[in-house]
Amino acid sequence: MKKIGLLINPIAGMGGAVGLKGTDGDEILEEARRRGAHPQSELKSKLALESFLTQNPPKDYKFYCYSPSMGGNLCAQLDIPFLLGPGNKVKTKREDTLKACQWMKDQGVDLLVFAGGDGTARDILTSKVDLPVLGIPTGVKIHSSVFVRTPKHLGRELSELLRLPLHEVELREVMDIDEERFRNNRLSARLFGYLGVPKNLRYLQMKKSSGGVENQIALQGIAQRIIGSMEPEEYYFVGPGTSTKPILDVLGIEGSLLGVDILKDKKLVVKDAKEEDLLKILNNSNAKIIVSVIGGQGYIFGRGNQQFSPAVLRKVGKKNIQIIATAEKLGSLGGRALLMDLGDESLEKDLSGFYLIPVDATSTYVYPCDNQE
Amino acid sequence: MSNYAKPRNFHEARWDEPLVFELSSPGQRGMLLPEEKELKELFDGEELLPRSVKRKQAPQLPELGQAQVLRHFLRLSQETLGQEINIDIGLGTCTMKYSPKIHEQFVRSHKLSSLHPLQPIESVQGILEVYYEMQELMKSISGMDAFSFQPGGGAQAVFSNASILKKYFEDHGEGEQRDEIITTVLSHPVNAASPHTKGFKVITLMPDPDTGYPSIEALKEVVSERTAGLFITNPEDTGIFNPHIKEMVKIVHDVGGLCVADIADSNGLFGIVRAKESGFDLCHFNLHKSFSSPHGSMGPCCGAQGVKDFLSKYLPLPVVVKTQQGYDLDYDRKDSIGKVRKFYGVAAVVLRAYCWIRTLGAEGLKEVSRVSILNNNYLMHRLLHEVRGISAPWGKEKYRMEQVRYSFETMKKETGVGTDDVSRRVVDYGLQDYFQSHHPWLIDEPFTPEPNETYSKLDIDEYANVFKRISDEAYSTPELVLSSPHRAPISKISIDPYVDPKDLIVTWRVYQKRREEK
Repeated sequence: MKKIGLLINPIAGMGGAVGLKGTDGDEILEEARRRGAHPQSELKSKLALESFLTQNPPKDYKFYCYSPSMGGNLCAQLDIPFLLGPGNKVKTKREDTLKACQWMKDQGVDLLVFAGGDGTARDILTSKVDLPVLGIPTGVKIHSSVFVRTPKHLGRELSELLRLPLHEVELREVMDIDEERFRNNRLSARLFGYLGVPKNLRYLQMKKSSGGVENQIALQGIAQRIIGSMEPEEYYFVGPGTSTKPILDVLGIEGSLLGVDILKDKKLVVKDAKEEDLLKILNNSNAKIIVSVIGGQGYIFGRGNQQFSPAVLRKVGKKNIQIIATAEKLGSLGGRALLMDLGDESLEKDLSGFYLIPVDATSTYVYPCDNQE
Repeated sequence: MSNYAKPRNFHEARWDEPLVFELSSPGQRGMLLPEEKELKELFDGEELLPRSVKRKQAPQLPELGQAQVLRHFLRLSQETLGQEINIDIGLGTCTMKYSPKIHEQFVRSHKLSSLHPLQPIESVQGILEVYYEMQELMKSISGMDAFSFQPGGGAQAVFSNASILKKYFEDHGEGEQRDEIITTVLSHPVNAASPHTKGFKVITLMPDPDTGYPSIEALKEVVSERTAGLFITNPEDTGIFNPHIKEMVKIVHDVGGLCVADIADSNGLFGIVRAKESGFDLCHFNLHKSFSSPHGSMGPCCGAQGVKDFLSKYLPLPVVVKTQQGYDLDYDRKDSIGKVRKFYGVAAVVLRAYCWIRTLGAEGLKEVSRVSILNNNYLMHRLLHEVRGISAPWGKEKYRMEQVRYSFETMKKETGVGTDDVSRRVVDYGLQDYFQSHHPWLIDEPFTPEPNETYSKLDIDEYANVFKRISDEAYSTPELVLSSPHRAPISKISIDPYVDPKDLIVTWRVYQKRREEK
């Protein structure tokens, strides 16, 4: 029997309707309530679960809900078989999400279906429960790629998942923006990490219209090209992120995902290297950096890969920096140049200029990097 | 208020017409064919057709009378918004223009429609003369030295040009060395796709967001002894003319590469800019676009491929030539890239385009471009000043040539109404839904109209008024636009269930198969 954790963040989405661009934090939640916001999350979750029931799912499943307000009420209302956990608060907070995650992990759920936004996804990431997840987009901010496209898309995905083994997952980005900055109309999205989502889903949230399959194919193509160009005896510093990960996957290397890995002769030399590891190699040898672009912002250095310090970059030099990105990711920059945040103007100037960026198996874009813009 | 300014009280016909197969009734006949015995006496069927091409069983065609067939297709025709029943400005880059009906009469005349490409050459002198004269006209329009009308469309013309580059460099001992072509991301996608199909590596330049075209510095960064050529559309899809094109061509020539102009969108260029003066070595036009011949689902296409003299020996086989004995098809060309299509191009498209050029003359062609540019900038002025939520990114504030790629990104953010919604809502006002963008989608929520010389100021005003009205609706009653269309034969349907190819049923045969499986 499949055990499905259902975690509804009941306050998700309340800020949006009253112009608050998010509901993270107690003060903002109170402000949302003061402005007359009503709970959205359960209503949208109801649409999602109704769509699930219309798909005639297999009968051998049970939902696990931590508390009535976080899913139990809805399951009861829709006559879905469920087990209720120890939670009992009506007004929930972040801590309740963390507790709910841990309780579900203890119950051995196969899949955690959660309803919320980027903030909820971050909370699940923080809980470190390491469960496959699938998000119902009920929050204000949906920048992470762990959600189905609309609540109604849950039905088909979940009913199909119940017919399959759930062990195959792919890591997808958990992004979030700084709500305070966003309220002042400044967008600053950050990658917080990755959650595992069941593989081969069709209706997941994508940043742009071209869809995830094309993106994955493009990344595979880039990986093959990079590997094909690797020279013997040369060191390669592979930067973090899901864009560089296929390179390691193809080589059968388990890298660090959020760190820098050092390769030589297509083999892992150092996993999750520190700045000093990189400098040590650069004292005696040359090395090439393979780095991806942060989508929507365009940073290549100084955000999430501080191991590539000014000292490292100065030794590596511009000609040994290989940036990779899909056309979709470059397109999301609206023509703005790539950026660096190194705190070293002279170095940033040296590294500015045009880069040849492979965007898929065959195409290469020419793209500027210029901190002056 | 003029009739054009008022919102049109339009409602499309809705017949809920079944498929023609579902109308079939056993025994119904549209025409009575002779009995099998009679046919055999007439044609000796056993020998006329080889056994390999004979059907083993009768085709499963629907059985209907003539009246029922006519009624069926007329009803379907009433459920479409064809090019000639609406102001078809929305299909930018396609140049949907009026095709004079007198030219259609020439094409439908038995003098053309009864021709067969395998007829003896002396019996097709007329159409060969049209081809030859058309080559001369296209040489004059472009400044190139030789033309072929054999490619079956724009993409094939670009492929044919890429093939010429390949052969040229092979002949010069640089076939392996020159394996890169350079294009721009807002050029037509075939400028990357066709050379890639031919085996070239593709390097793509991105535009500068302020100017809307790539910088010279970016091009200088990537040219090398590996550069085979530059494949570029000018103006690009934004409608912005790249004023540095001659300099770009020179940079590529300086490293030994060749330059190929994609002039499929030539409507803003006639009599103003030629490929030759821009320095290009090869180019192509689409006779089915700017030259009035209908295209898309209305007719076949023809890519007119032009080259400079030093490349003319590579043109596809055969080339129409004029000899002392008359016109001929020259197959004796050892350096040719060979055939890219059967026979020698789509004669009907060539004839229509020929008629169109001859009707207008040189001054007329220039006037086509002047009016197209004026129309486009007038529409842009109205849309940008009167339609809330629309913008023209990449090269803001710049005048455009024949088209503009707009964005409804602001409207989407402010109202939730995006380009898909607007595209459906225009149908409620009697306009065909519009073309959004080529790939990759650099511009969010895109919309690419092209108000060419066919359209009067009143037409453009009616068109702009519809968008102004829809924008007002988006900001006041967004649900009205989000749930549109309301006056079309089919209401809004969710496309989500149809994103998986295995869910699609596109033929009757597949439908039958799926039904049997169930």
